[in-house]
Amino acid sequence: MIAMNYRGPYRVRVDRDKPMPRIEHPGDAIVRVTRSCICGSDLHLYHGLVPDTRVGTTFGHEFIGVVEEVGAEVTNIKVGDNVIVPFNVACGKCVFCEQGLFGNCHESNPQATAVGGIFGYSHTAGGFDGGQAEYVRVPYANVGPMVIPDDMDHDDAVLLTDVVPTGYQAAEMAAIKPGDTVVVFGAGPVGIMAAKSAWLFGAGRVIVIDHIEYRLEFVKRYAQCEAYNFRSLEDPVLFIKKTTDWIGADVCIDAVGCEAAGSAVQTITGRKLMLQAGSATALHWAINAVKKGGVVSIVGVYGPTANLIPIGNVVNKGITLRANQASVKRLLPRLVEHVRAGRIVPREIITHRVPLEEVADAYHIFSAKLDNCIKPILIPPSARK
Amino acid sequence: MKRTQGNFDHINGWGIDADPLDVPAYPMKKRTENDNKGMIWERPSQQPATVEVLHSNERPNLTAVFGTPNPPSGLSGAIRRYAFKYSESHVAHWLLLLAADRINMFEGVADDFRKGHVPNVFAELGGKSELKHNPAGVARKAAVGLALVLVVTALIRKNN
Repeated sequence: MIAMNYRGPYRVRVDRDKPMPRIEHPGDAIVRVTRSCICGSDLHLYHGLVPDTRVGTTFGHEFIGVVEEVGAEVTNIKVGDNVIVPFNVACGKCVFCEQGLFGNCHESNPQATAVGGIFGYSHTAGGFDGGQAEYVRVPYANVGPMVIPDDMDHDDAVLLTDVVPTGYQAAEMAAIKPGDTVVVFGAGPVGIMAAKSAWLFGAGRVIVIDHIEYRLEFVKRYAQCEAYNFRSLEDPVLFIKKTTDWIGADVCIDAVGCEAAGSAVQTITGRKLMLQAGSATALHWAINAVKKGGVVSIVGVYGPTANLIPIGNVVNKGITLRANQASVKRLLPRLVEHVRAGRIVPREIITHRVPLEEVADAYHIFSAKLDNCIKPILIPPSARK
Repeated sequence: MKRTQGNFDHINGWGIDADPLDVPAYPMKKRTENDNKGMIWERPSQQPATVEVLHSNERPNLTAVFGTPNPPSGLSGAIRRYAFKYSESHVAHWLLLLAADRINMFEGVADDFRKGHVPNVFAELGGKSELKHNPAGVARKAAVGLALVLVVTALIRKNN
C-alpha cells in the first residue's frame, strides 16, 4: 500500500510497498483512510525533535476512514462504517480511562508512562503507525472510533480527530468565566480553534498573538478576535499588561509548544542545541502575561526532557496551570453538536488538499509556512476515485 | 480584566458552554474499591509480542496493545535498548534515544542503497514546493552557497 515514510529530520517520502496492516489483537480494526491531516505537532516529529522517532515510521494521528476489517472482540463498529478515529489510542478500562482521561491511557504505550498511545507519533507514544497511508491498524476499536453522522461533512469530521478537540479543551481547561480576557499564544490550527472556543465559554475579549501575518489575518476573520504580531510589539507581555489596565489577562493559552519563536536564548538552547525540550517562549509569555491568580492552559506540545520555565513566577503569582493532551472521545459528543449547529465550522481552516503521493511537498509547505498554508489534508488515491 | 458590557450577538453560541457544572472536558474521578491499589483493573487481553518491544522500566510489563512496525535494529537499536535501562525521569534515557534517531537516519540511507534504491533527497525535502512557492528563497540559498564555495576556494588557493 501507499504510505508516508519518515527518513530523518525534514526528509519524508511516500512508499508504494508498505506492508498492509493486519489485525494483531482481537480488539483491532483495519480502517481504509479517506482523509488524513498533517498536524502542527507532526512538525515536531518532522523536525527531529521527538525522541525515538524511527526511520520508516508512518506519521498521521488525524484521520478518518471506512472500516475494512474488524477483530473478534469488536462490536461497536462494523465493516463499511465511516468513522472518526480520535488521535488517542485508549483501552477504556484502566484507571485513567475510567476517569475520562483517554489521552492518558495506561494500556496503550509500553515505551513511556508519561504519555498515552498516539497514532503515528514515534515510539515514545507507543510505536503505532499513523493514518498518512491508505490503511491503518486501529487498536481498541470498541473504544475510540465514532461513526460519522450522515449529515456531517467529512472535511469537518477529520478535524474532529484532534484540532477542534484540542483547541476546545484548551479553552475548557482555562476555566473561562463570562467576560474574561483570554490571550491565545499561537495562530496555528489549534490556536485558531482555542480562540473560537473561548467565546463558547463566554469570553469577553479574545486576543491572539503570533508572528506570521497571514495567520493573524485568518484568525481575526475566522475567530472574530483581536490579533497582534509580536514582531511589531515592543514586548508582548508588556502589551498585554497595558491593554488590561496593567493587571494582566484572566487566562493565557499556550497553543504553540516546543518550536516557539520570539526569544533568541530559548531558540538557541531549545531548538538549535536541544539543551531543553524545545523553546518555551510562549509558555514564558503566558505565565508572565496572566494576572495574579489567573489560569494558564497548555496544549502546545513539549518534549519529555526538562524546560527552563519561570516556576517561581507561577508560585509568586498564584497561577493555576492546567495542561493535557485532549481526550478526544470525551469531547466528541459536545463538539458534534457544535459543528451541527454551525457554531464551529472546522472545514473552513483547510487551505490545502494534497494527494498523499505528494506528502513531502505538503510537509515542506506546512513547515516553511509557504503559500498561506493554515491546514493541509492528504487524500489517498483510493479516496479520489 | 473583564468587559461585562460587551454585545456578543454576532458570535454564534457565545457563552453556551459557560456553565462550569456542564463541561465535557473536565475529568471526573470515578471512585472504586481499588483506588490507590496500583494496576488493578480488568486488563484487555494481551497482544502477543511478535517483535522486540522495549518498555519503560517505570512499569512491570508491556501494555495490552502496542505498535509493532520498526522494531529496534542495528547500532541504533542497541543504543535504544541501553536507553531503556534508564527511567523516563533520567535525561540520559531521552538523549540516548535522540542519538539513536540520528544514527538511524544514516542506517536508513544505507538500507536504501542495499535495496538498490537511491534516495531522492531533493524530493524528500520537498524541493519542488520550495521552487514553486519560494523561488526567491531558493535563489538566496543558492547565492549563499555559491559565495561560500568561492570564499573557501579562494582561501585554499591563498594557502597554497
